[in-house]
Amino acid sequence: MITNFFEGIGAYGVLMTKVFRRPDRFKLFYKSTIKEIQLLGIDSIGIVVILSVFMGAIVTIQTAFQLSDDPLIPTYYIAMATRESITLEFSPTVVSLILAGKVGSNIASSLGTMRVSEQIDALEVMGVNSASYLILPKIVAQLLFNPLLILMSMFLGLWGGAMAGDLLGLIAFQESISGYQLEFIVFENVIYGLIKSVVYALIIGSVSAYCGYTVKGGAVEVGVASTNAVVRSCLAIILSNYVLTDLLLN
Amino acid sequence: MIQAKGIHKSFEDNNVLKGVDVDFHRGEINLIIGRSGSGKTVFLKTILGLHEPDQGEILYDGEVLGEMTKQRFKILRQEIGMVFQGGALFDSMTVAQNIRFPLEMFSTMTEHEMDQRVKFVMDRVRLEGADEKFPSEISGGMQKRVSIARAISMNPKYLFCDEPNSGLDPETAIVIDQLIHELTHEYEMTTIVNTHDMNSVLEIGDHVIFMKEGLKVWEGNSSQILKSTNADVEEYVFKSKLFKQVRQALR
Repeated sequence: MITNFFEGIGAYGVLMTKVFRRPDRFKLFYKSTIKEIQLLGIDSIGIVVILSVFMGAIVTIQTAFQLSDDPLIPTYYIAMATRESITLEFSPTVVSLILAGKVGSNIASSLGTMRVSEQIDALEVMGVNSASYLILPKIVAQLLFNPLLILMSMFLGLWGGAMAGDLLGLIAFQESISGYQLEFIVFENVIYGLIKSVVYALIIGSVSAYCGYTVKGGAVEVGVASTNAVVRSCLAIILSNYVLTDLLLN
Repeated sequence: MIQAKGIHKSFEDNNVLKGVDVDFHRGEINLIIGRSGSGKTVFLKTILGLHEPDQGEILYDGEVLGEMTKQRFKILRQEIGMVFQGGALFDSMTVAQNIRFPLEMFSTMTEHEMDQRVKFVMDRVRLEGADEKFPSEISGGMQKRVSIARAISMNPKYLFCDEPNSGLDPETAIVIDQLIHELTHEYEMTTIVNTHDMNSVLEIGDHVIFMKEGLKVWEGNSSQILKSTNADVEEYVFKSKLFKQVRQALR
């Protein structure tokens, strides 16, 4: 098992050296990247919107429930605590975990299907660097669009929190907005989350692509690769979250 | 001309190719036949450079494949057309986009020239009117023709076909054979075809190689194969009732 793990790391490294090469034709690379942004990014906006609004609402309700027992704590602290939770962890990490499921399985299954139907062999026979041609646009699309999705998720999470607080009578909408602005530090609250989102984008794109690109066998193996892509991406996100949190906060 | 010299290839403990020597001549259709598991596909992929041989060498017009520079290898790839068993067409592209892909990737043609070339190649393989269809919307025979059209779009010097007739009805199989025959002689290509189809052997086999258990056991042409006294060839060729009757008629 340990040998397999290190072999896998080595094979992943070798694949990435093939992926990060100068594209054969920039025009085709540009077209593929735009297509991937549509498929992997824009098509994920719906789920990110729903997830973020409700996540913000739930965090606000939970925080209000924890703080409401103490009359000495001002209510805007609910908003402050919600902001910290949303921008530091929930938006970058939880949304990326969800995207690892949606986008990761899509990448692995599409590449796996191309592998078992010999489409990747066809590219290789033509002299195309198939790894770079197929995987690089997916990773670049992720790197470009994931931070935007996370930024949008932060905004919608905070908006959802303020709306829920107001609707349930926990904290007035305007007070939430004031709370969000209190001791707001751009690096700590936004850049920190965006740095994480870039790393997670790289993980989702590359790990899922590795799982799909290296499939051997048929339809069953493509399904297994798709599951592996989600599991491995999620594990890598959690582990890197631990490392990044330590590095960025200390 | 392509030459295979003493090709050995193993996968872990499985010795698939055990020293194959063959010369494939230009302007000829070279058919590789043999039972499933005889090493035909591995041999074809080794010639293509998709597998690296454990021993031996492949020469393309005198140049050793394994000793080519990356740049030369890339150019060689563009001189090769390949028709895969399942077609290997890109699902997300239309028929015209599939054929156009190698041109967009490697040629210096203008948009108009590419359009003209795609139209010419589609007409050549009799695919008129299928431009905007996706591979999933066309029949198996049409998919094979699209695959051939894509393979010849760059005007290759070498054409490889892996079981081009598998899964096709006899009539369509004959059409595909005729197409491969016409294109090979028209463009003076070195064509190598892996097949199980004895009709193809008799129809278009300029040069036939019979493989068994990773070795070349017989070599000849389509007219010689029916008269072969090689026990392995006889057993393979005259397995069906039809060919048994053909043999009796010949005698």
